Amino acid sequence: MAATERNLRRRRDRSHGPGQPVPASGRAAAVPSAAPGAIVEFQSVSKVYDGGHVGLDQVSFAVNPGEFVFLVGSTGSGKSTIMRLLIKELEYEGGSIRVAGRDLRDISRSRVPFYRRNIGVVFQDFKLLPNRTVHDNVAYALQVTGGTRRDIRAKVPDTLRLTGLSTKLHNYPDQLSGGEQQRVSVARAFVNHPPLLLADEPTGNLDPETSIGIMQLLYRINRAGTTVIVATHDNVMVDKMRRRVIELREGRVVRDERAGRYRLDESTREFAARLRSDPPSDPLTW
Amino acid sequence: MRLGFFLREALRALRRNGAPSFAAMATVVVTVLVLGVFIPVVQATTGAANVVRGKVIADVYLKSGATQPDVERVRRLIESTPEVGKVVYVSKEQAYAEEKKRNPEAYDLLGANPLPDTFRVTPTRPDDITSVRNALAPLGPSGERTVADPAMDEVRNREEDTNKILSATRVVKLTIAGLAILLVIASVLLIANTIRLSLYARRRDVEVMKLVGATDWFIRWPFVIEGVLVGAIGGIVAVAVLTVMKIALVDPLAADFALIAAPETMNYGLLVAVLLLASVGVSALGSGLSLRRFLRV
Repeated sequence: MAATERNLRRRRDRSHGPGQPVPASGRAAAVPSAAPGAIVEFQSVSKVYDGGHVGLDQVSFAVNPGEFVFLVGSTGSGKSTIMRLLIKELEYEGGSIRVAGRDLRDISRSRVPFYRRNIGVVFQDFKLLPNRTVHDNVAYALQVTGGTRRDIRAKVPDTLRLTGLSTKLHNYPDQLSGGEQQRVSVARAFVNHPPLLLADEPTGNLDPETSIGIMQLLYRINRAGTTVIVATHDNVMVDKMRRRVIELREGRVVRDERAGRYRLDESTREFAARLRSDPPSDPLTW
Repeated sequence: MRLGFFLREALRALRRNGAPSFAAMATVVVTVLVLGVFIPVVQATTGAANVVRGKVIADVYLKSGATQPDVERVRRLIESTPEVGKVVYVSKEQAYAEEKKRNPEAYDLLGANPLPDTFRVTPTRPDDITSVRNALAPLGPSGERTVADPAMDEVRNREEDTNKILSATRVVKLTIAGLAILLVIASVLLIANTIRLSLYARRRDVEVMKLVGATDWFIRWPFVIEGVLVGAIGGIVAVAVLTVMKIALVDPLAADFALIAAPETMNYGLLVAVLLLASVGVSALGSGLSLRRFLRV
């Protein structure tokens, strides 16, 4: 709890001084076409839901290829709205969203499926197909793209090995634990090797130890070159990960910073060890 | 075309969603059974009604002194009248022989032949009988009927019988047609609703497929094929039951009851083809269309 308080304090400090130097691609993206190489670029995006509820209010940020970014904020702050906008499940009113340089408005309804194949998505509730085995759930993402059997035979076992599911190949989702189901979901998102992976509260339903496993997995995928954006309200986890954090409150970006020192070349093993052992600055949080 | 993949997907869905698939199939079986019984009944009834209506005839009596040229002229006149279907000429002698056979004693008493030459005129449609009569025997200004040719004596359509036949058969036909339409609508709605229910149970699957980047038709094809399979299996079961019923119940009776053996009843093979086609078509279309609302993600 103390860590959360400390976060809150820091947020307040930040919101006082918008002119303070914000590292890397953060605030600079508000200027039109400021981040030419960005994989994801929001420029003063606004989204108002049908009931009049404001989902996003003038949100601007940019994410560079290979980054690992956390979106944090309480429920209703707009994290999920950003995710749903990125997979073009929602339309937006103001501003522009560019993914890999392409304006999302230019993608017609019939092209949306082809766009989504370039993005891996992981959800809090896993969204697995209940009447398919682990193997078939992951294979479906390839079949959708017209992948042949040979493709499937080549890629699915590898991906399942990467996610530690080699022994659960023929189990159905309801025979797996929550952590295992989330691994399947990550495997499905990654099997196409998409340039961008979105995870919306991937650890929301999982215990802390299992969560570390999932985060380790996401980190491993990130190290393989995929840009990863994770929405979460698990502040403890975010603090320990020490990656870039974009914080939202009531649909606005209130913080965008690289939270502390970490080694870019950190191995996944070191990373996991750090997550487990590295005590937070305030021991009371554990 | 990834037909094999779609077929495997459809079979998997049937296997893994036993209860809803079975419900849909049972619905198809029941509706096809009802239709299979009802269609021949409709046909037999309208067939019987048509047979009765075929008896609507106008008689054109000629004058007793009509010569052969007169007869030919009147025949041409009748045949050139619109709405006239069949014209049968019955000469004095034929009529006499017919009547004598039916009632020998009475005709023995008569020394001479009192019957006139007659044309029996059947209109193309029974409902046109009045206009045929009006053409051959126009109503005069005083309300009296005149005749269109001097050799004609009188034009009669046994008025009371005709009107009864026409109105009775019309009611029967309309009732049957109304029932048939209601039954078809009920069948389609029932099948569509059952399919929609079984799809509703899987709407989350559709959502997930869309999130993974499946196109609408990639998702839809397995559902359509599933609908075809459900319709085909249901239809085949129903047709099997119908065939058993036909062989065990209807065929032995057909010898005794004219209505069942009515010649206008559809050929059984054609009936089976229509039923199978309808069950497959409705359930495939139902699956494909019902899916539309869930595809809007």
